[in-house]
Amino acid sequence: MSFLVFLLCGFAGGLLGGMGMGGGTALIPLLTIFCGVEQGAAQGINLLAFLPMAAIALRIHAKNGLLAKEGLIPLILPALVFSALGSLLAAWLPSAALKKGFGAFLVLLSFLQFKSAFACRKAEKKQA
Amino acid sequence: MKGSFWRYAVGGALTGGANGLFGGGGGMIAVPVLERTAGLPALRAHATAIAVILPACIVSGIVYLWFGLVPLSVFLPVSIGVAAGGIAGARLLPHVSASSVTFLFAALMLAAGMKLVMS
Repeated sequence: MSFLVFLLCGFAGGLLGGMGMGGGTALIPLLTIFCGVEQGAAQGINLLAFLPMAAIALRIHAKNGLLAKEGLIPLILPALVFSALGSLLAAWLPSAALKKGFGAFLVLLSFLQFKSAFACRKAEKKQA
Repeated sequence: MKGSFWRYAVGGALTGGANGLFGGGGGMIAVPVLERTAGLPALRAHATAIAVILPACIVSGIVYLWFGLVPLSVFLPVSIGVAAGGIAGARLLPHVSASSVTFLFAALMLAAGMKLVMS
């Protein structure tokens, strides 16, 4: 039974992720709020479950010549170092604190998402 | 390039740090950094952001696995669902009003975030 619930949560998260919503954060609250999964576990699952999709998307974008090289190295190197540090912090923090921090991060991301919705609406109006 | 080096470095650190700490969402930081600092149009910025996020997710994923944070009994069904949902989402995208979906999703993110902050 829980297998099916997890499968459905994954499907919903993948559906939104595949449409480029929320940078792949949708799955985490789905898992914690609806399935009672621990915050850290939901985050780890999210990181790993989207890897195949990201790899496929990257290949397609590379084939279509959409990847820019400008600034890529100075962007990637600190990203790698800090992603290790951030993960260590996540593993060290108590689950309740991580949950609250994630909630605040989600609120921040929602503002960015609202902004991109407005930009999107403007572009759609121009096309129409 | 000289002045923008630090903007890339800080942007990369924020992208990776948030992505590792919260298990996702780094792409939403990398995209505006690429748009503003590298001056990329939206589509190229989104594509290039994946090139930054993918290796960061691999590094973070290894740390989470190392600390035993990923239960296999949950990971397996969820990842199967994600793969199927991802394909469906990519197919569906051209047929929906992107701005409406984005609005709806932003509202859901705001609600879920506030619920978690107050939990």
